[in-house]
Amino acid sequence: MNWINNYVRPRINSIFSRRETPDNLWTKCDECGTMLFHREVSDNLNVCTNCGHHMNITPRDRFAALFDGGIFTQVTVPVPNADPLHFRDQKKYPDRMKAAQKATGEAEAMLVATGEIGRTPIVACAQDFTFMAGSMGMYVGNAIIAAAEEAVKLKRPLILFSAAGGARMQEGILSLMQMPRTTVAVQMLKEANLPYIVVLTHPTTGGVTASYAMLGDVHIAEPNALICFAGPRVIEQTIREKLPEGFQRAEYLLDHGMLDRVTPRTEMREELINITRMLLGLSPAVKGDLPAPDPVAKDPKPAPAPEKAEKPAPAPSKK
Amino acid sequence: MTQYMDFEKPLAEIEGKAEELRAMARNNPETDTSAEAAALDAKGKAMMQDLYGSLTPWRKCLVARHPERPHCIDYVKRLFTDYTPLAGDRNFADDHAVMGGLARFNDTPVMVIGHEKGNDTKSRIERNFGMARPEGYRKAIRLMDLAGRFGLPVITLVDTPGAYPGKGAEERGQSEAIARATEKSLQIGTPVVSVVIGEGGSGGAVAFATANRLAMLEHAVYSVISPEGCASILWKDAEKMREAAEALRLTAQDLKQLGVIDQIIPEPMGGAHRHAQDAIDAVGKAIAEMLKDLKGMDAKALIQDRRRKFLDLGSKGLAA
Ligand SMILES: [Zn+2]
Repeated sequence: MNWINNYVRPRINSIFSRRETPDNLWTKCDECGTMLFHREVSDNLNVCTNCGHHMNITPRDRFAALFDGGIFTQVTVPVPNADPLHFRDQKKYPDRMKAAQKATGEAEAMLVATGEIGRTPIVACAQDFTFMAGSMGMYVGNAIIAAAEEAVKLKRPLILFSAAGGARMQEGILSLMQMPRTTVAVQMLKEANLPYIVVLTHPTTGGVTASYAMLGDVHIAEPNALICFAGPRVIEQTIREKLPEGFQRAEYLLDHGMLDRVTPRTEMREELINITRMLLGLSPAVKGDLPAPDPVAKDPKPAPAPEKAEKPAPAPSKK
Repeated sequence: MTQYMDFEKPLAEIEGKAEELRAMARNNPETDTSAEAAALDAKGKAMMQDLYGSLTPWRKCLVARHPERPHCIDYVKRLFTDYTPLAGDRNFADDHAVMGGLARFNDTPVMVIGHEKGNDTKSRIERNFGMARPEGYRKAIRLMDLAGRFGLPVITLVDTPGAYPGKGAEERGQSEAIARATEKSLQIGTPVVSVVIGEGGSGGAVAFATANRLAMLEHAVYSVISPEGCASILWKDAEKMREAAEALRLTAQDLKQLGVIDQIIPEPMGGAHRHAQDAIDAVGKAIAEMLKDLKGMDAKALIQDRRRKFLDLGSKGLAA
């Protein structure tokens, strides 16, 4: 019997989700409309237990489920000029920024961390669609460069989870320039011969798809994720016809040769461990969630989510 | 006769009237209208200087998109010799929105690549209005690679509303093609110089503008999104394109100030579409200068220079 698989995963996941919401809170699946216990959904990594629909998951929750014992160390990202164009539409850019920071509790649209998955040291970064649609501005560029530099320094693979509406319009041309800029980051990884795995999540569009998200050594997408350059609405307006069902979805891209795999979120961790370990020539990992690595974390800053990060995972035991 | 834009209406009236007076004089040799016509000419010239000396960002978009503005094909004809177009992506098709091939620039062999919009209905359709499909980017990758291997400098001319948002283009991997083209232009060990001659439309432009040296014509624009697109998203009203054009800082002057481009190439009074040859020659001069600037750098230094340039674009911006 594989006790780790059966018992450890639910326990660890529930540590992280239980704290935040009362047990009796309901979540409605935006696909099938089923009312589900919030905890049931978060234990299942925000995948609907009824229809398998993948709902949004924050980088922090994703990392908590990805890394051994939910332990990761956040990598510091240089903060760029806060409002490089003095941009103002109906709102000022800094005001939109503050609202997004307040709503998400995050500094920006990408989180970078180091940690281990199946005892395999990696660097990971994840884009936060809830933060201004995950849009790529100078910060996201800085984050990817910081992640690549960290990976090169530590000789670790980089796993990147993409999710974005595209470039951050409020940073104008400087956001566009993150396309070549992040491409330089990818080149650093390739020159150091380190695996660069991209997990494309819903939605990955525009300049993000047309740069670092399509330059991976391996491309894995979550089921039904929208992945495109031009969005379906823009295309429908241009060609004046209705697009077929499933157009630009993960399975469609898989069929058209743009992806290696489409993998459910609940199986993603195992798959990432397998792929990275094989690419690195390592022996198979012990299956399932592992306790946190020894607290020798020399990295200076532990992740600022104390309840999540500081509690060392207790020795695995049956419920 | 130039096609006037809406904002040039008063200018059109004055120039029209001057033309009428001259026509009248030709038909009735006894009437002398030369003084009046000359006065109108002077007035028109002053107005033109006024209009073009203070073009708003939105007006610059209109100038950059003007159908009579010289296009890639015109530059290639005038600035290059022995132009030998090379076609196809060796995979699916030849994309006519992207032209390119071997040529000589001041006698030196180079690879020239650019977007071509077309100049009449037929050629515009054939060129897909300068909106490239994946095959266009893949052709560019091929040509850049070839140039890199044989030590030829790459000269790109950017002029596109954007990559084509079509069904087939998406199916065949528009994103991947653009990403790979940007990657390729960062990899090659020969000089890459680029000029935005009209519209630098978003991701479709960036793959051609990832250069060691990047210049823009005085009234060209280069933006992350079209002002209309930005207005409909952020203002929820596509008619707010003037405000969006302002906010996006997409003019050559803005981009120079933001450190994204290296130089602005002045246009003849009234825009490149009024004096195409002068504009083309000015671009030729700028290309020669940019190439000279990179002379003597070896492959490693050139790649490093390009990288550094883009890595530095993480801390730019106007002073708070
Ligand atoms: Zn559901």
